[in-house]
Amino acid sequence: MSDPVTLAIDRIKCDGHGVCADLVPELIDLDDWGYPIIRPGAIPKSVLPHVKRAVSGCPTLALRLQAIASRR
Amino acid sequence: MSIALLAGPPGAHGMESLDEHQRRLGMLPPGRPGLIDSIERSNLRGKGGAGFPVATKWRSVAAQNARTPVVLANGGEGEPLSRKDRMLMEQRPHLVIDGAILAAGAVGSDDIVLYVGADHTGAIQAMHRAVTERSATERARIRLVSAPVRYVSGEETAAVHFINAGVALPTSIPPRPYERGIDGRPTLVQNVETLAHVAMIARFGDEWFRSLGVGNASGTTLVTVGGAVPQTVLIEIPLGLALADVVNAAGGITSDTDAVLLGGYFGGWVESRAAWGLPLDPEPLRRQGYSLGCGVVAVLPSGRCGVVETARILAYLAHESARQCGPCTFGLRAISASAGRIAGLASTPGDLEHIQRWAGLLAGRGACRHPDGAAGMLGSALRVFAEEFERHAYDRRCSVAGAVMAAS
Repeated sequence: MSDPVTLAIDRIKCDGHGVCADLVPELIDLDDWGYPIIRPGAIPKSVLPHVKRAVSGCPTLALRLQAIASRR
Repeated sequence: MSIALLAGPPGAHGMESLDEHQRRLGMLPPGRPGLIDSIERSNLRGKGGAGFPVATKWRSVAAQNARTPVVLANGGEGEPLSRKDRMLMEQRPHLVIDGAILAAGAVGSDDIVLYVGADHTGAIQAMHRAVTERSATERARIRLVSAPVRYVSGEETAAVHFINAGVALPTSIPPRPYERGIDGRPTLVQNVETLAHVAMIARFGDEWFRSLGVGNASGTTLVTVGGAVPQTVLIEIPLGLALADVVNAAGGITSDTDAVLLGGYFGGWVESRAAWGLPLDPEPLRRQGYSLGCGVVAVLPSGRCGVVETARILAYLAHESARQCGPCTFGLRAISASAGRIAGLASTPGDLEHIQRWAGLLAGRGACRHPDGAAGMLGSALRVFAEEFERHAYDRRCSVAGAVMAAS
């Protein structure tokens, strides 16, 4: 995947487990209630492997990678 | 304006019948291939609050060729300060139905759903009667559905979800309704006022429509004016009219006022000094950081405190959260609790700093725009009523006698 991608989240599925913020602290903070705040924009290549782990490790499968061009 | 949505019989007359409607405005012209282009030239934007260009939306639906689209005329109107959609449906139901028929023709649809808030009983009755006045062919294509009363039930994915599953709560996007909506079919969700304007543009043309606005603004728009005016009224104004003229058209102000809530609960507070000259036109307002939303103008009466009113609105919006997304469920609850303590002169240390931080933290973090709307309104209040918030939080004083919010 060489095209720039971004991390999208299904806010209804997300239950605030916080696994993603543990795996990719460079990109994801948690708010006061434990829900992720994702830094906007393209994911830097260096953290992409961690982001993929977060996507597959999210207990509610709320995360997905999304090509930037497809965003409306 | 001799030709306008609300020209013709006065509101007290009730619903304009099909006969009266056709005598006033003429028969609905048949659909034609150029209608979407004409709407584009008219610069018509959605009147539900988001202000999305109508032609662009229709093209997106028409371009989905996998399945036959559906048209949903959205009369869910959940905004507590707005009356325009329900009153339009009560008084001019045939304009809404005309617009929905034109929309269906333009996007290649056979099915029309008229979605009306369940508490808007006058609107439901008028829409029902209007449908029965239509031809059998038209009646066969139209379904009238009443929606539960919630702030979020008029949100477009919530409307679609209610038709599909009986639950008027927003769903995650994608897919957006224009891709996959009612029964999985591409669905055009369009506010009822927007459709009524389409019915006018189809009859009188885009050039006529553009000529109605002030300056570069196009057409007319329905506005609900309330607060420090003689009574809450629905008026139709040329788009781009200055706020002062809008308030004058509603009878003028009945007291001194420091601020105006523009755009309703999802809009924002504007200091009245800065407000009166503002043109009521979505684009220039957006450039100045304001929003026309669904056309609400609420003038804060003297004797009411902006901090207290803001806390009241936040309590309502927190309660109206669909509670599906964490940041909205917990964020709005926390904001409302802190704002309520501040308004009630019972703040605990950190309350004001918390809501200042949280106001910038919620945008874009829900499936729908509910948290964005609440946070935007709060942000405007923190700017416009900055001193009053500090007075409440740090001095535990309110500068408006008798306005203190009862502790909840």
